[in-house]
Amino acid sequence: MRTDIVRTYKDIHSWVGIVAGLALFIAFYAGAITMFDGPLQRWASPPPELSAPPSLERTPELIEKVLAAHPEARKNYKVNLITGPEEPARVSWSTGTRRNPGTTYYASLATDGSLQVSARKPSEVATLVDVLHQQVGLPLPHAIAMPIMGIIALLYAVAIVSGVICLLPSLIKDLFALRFGKNLKRMWLDLHNVLGLFSLPFHLVMALTSVIFAFHDPIYAVQGAVQKAGTVKTVRAEEGHGLPNSGTVLPPAELVRRIQQQLPGFTLHSLSYETNPKEGPHGHIQGSDPRYGLRGPGYGIGEVNTVTGEIVEADYLPGKQDGWFATITSFFALHFGSFGGAPVRWAYFFLGLAGAFLFYSGNLLWIESRRRKERKAGAVEQTRATRILGALTVGVPLGCVAGISVTIAAAKWLPADLANAATWHSRIYYAVFVVAVGWALLRGAARSGSELAWTASLATALIPLASLVGGWNHGGSTLLVDAVAIVGAIAFAFMALATRRRAKAGPRDSIWSAQVVQPERLIS
Amino acid sequence: MSGAELTSRGWFGKVSAAVVLGFTLTIALTCTFAKIFSHGDSYFTAQGQMAMWLVSPIWCLILSFCFLFHSGARAWGWLALANVVAWAAYAATRILVS
Repeated sequence: MRTDIVRTYKDIHSWVGIVAGLALFIAFYAGAITMFDGPLQRWASPPPELSAPPSLERTPELIEKVLAAHPEARKNYKVNLITGPEEPARVSWSTGTRRNPGTTYYASLATDGSLQVSARKPSEVATLVDVLHQQVGLPLPHAIAMPIMGIIALLYAVAIVSGVICLLPSLIKDLFALRFGKNLKRMWLDLHNVLGLFSLPFHLVMALTSVIFAFHDPIYAVQGAVQKAGTVKTVRAEEGHGLPNSGTVLPPAELVRRIQQQLPGFTLHSLSYETNPKEGPHGHIQGSDPRYGLRGPGYGIGEVNTVTGEIVEADYLPGKQDGWFATITSFFALHFGSFGGAPVRWAYFFLGLAGAFLFYSGNLLWIESRRRKERKAGAVEQTRATRILGALTVGVPLGCVAGISVTIAAAKWLPADLANAATWHSRIYYAVFVVAVGWALLRGAARSGSELAWTASLATALIPLASLVGGWNHGGSTLLVDAVAIVGAIAFAFMALATRRRAKAGPRDSIWSAQVVQPERLIS
Repeated sequence: MSGAELTSRGWFGKVSAAVVLGFTLTIALTCTFAKIFSHGDSYFTAQGQMAMWLVSPIWCLILSFCFLFHSGARAWGWLALANVVAWAAYAATRILVS
């Protein structure tokens, strides 16, 4: 390949990488955690204050009492087949509309058969991690954060292509070479290359799907406008339905039986009973089937006739889709890792963490090669820009790690009845994050590196500590959360030790060195 | 292409062409796709959704390879030409498939 092309793409790769790298670190680290948002949400949710959910056979009694006491629930109530701390009731309903949701109520039957209703939500900390993932950590309204995330995703796509072009000429020579030697930069570069190349399909999937997740509304709007331009406005006939459905709805146990007859191998998570004057009684089902990809992170959806039990809409139901819809669903499933069950979740978890490490190592390489260029140009000290970037490369990832860990641990320490728990989780995360970044800027990359790695380690150790002291412990898959946190805390501690060693004994002219009495402070 | 060496200078002209004209080109191509494969007037059909998804790979490819143009002016020129062709193809499809 022509060397000028490779050189051009090397420039492009380093610049798009440096612009998008830190945001991508947050997106990947938080995204890796969302692979286990089910266990995490259960881990973080307090034991339900309601009595144990009644059996499916006894659920009609519960529904009858709910509708007598709360007639507004008749419009739309949900029967949950899988319950636990994260989904605390057999029957729940929400006020408000889909766009502007109000309170969700959860209902159960006390031992004497009387109705219990609670508005206490399961923990929202898993949602916060998901939002951090979607908005690359930006504390902005969704409508503003999304286009920014979209631009980052486009830069990420360009970074992938340019990175591959840079690597192509030396691919055979470099691919299986991991040179752990004196030349640290060589080692980082080898690691960066090998990780980048072997997870290339994963990264392509993530970049291409993220662009769509960010921009799908504007794209639909533009395509819709183009297709409509110049056509005669047609009065669209009232769609489908015709006469509203009527009749008595089936009780949950019978409805579930009829649905399962039509969908063998499908695990039903929940079904809703809905009614409105236009459509009459109908409902939606949610569930999963590990043999197929799912449209959502945890389930596919379908529509059911609640009077006959017939499935009337299966475009988004796993295994019931035609080729076109199954293809579209595969794009979602490939992003969410919602196919193949637990092994794929674990694979995505590690690929996500490896991705976060890829961006971190990319930043390190940028700083090191800039240092060389600057030294060649005669500069003795690091320039201000390099020092700030070095500090951010330490502060942003470790601040994100520590912030997520602390706010997860706080789920077990915040009062269970706290009205705006979501806001508190967000405040805790950003407080830790901002302090960590500020600390890194103040102390410089070298010294703050080990200090913040220790902070991340301790913060992550708070997660199992919260399970031991003060909080609750649901056992089962939630022990996984504690186990992963313990491994994480140990890994960050090793990182802290290694960083300290480098700061003490590494090359003196590096920004990672704390030996020389050089002006470390950035803000003075 | 002339013999001049490619550099990363002049990136702004190339990138702006890929962002603006690359996007309109992508829309022309994906709308042609939708026109050919989609049935019914709703654009939220599976084919319509596919047309929306196709924007991502096409636009990303244009953005990634726009740096191979020798200058910003050439990027704007070639992409403008491609736009004329693609939009003409879209107009033709609309007449043929109705």
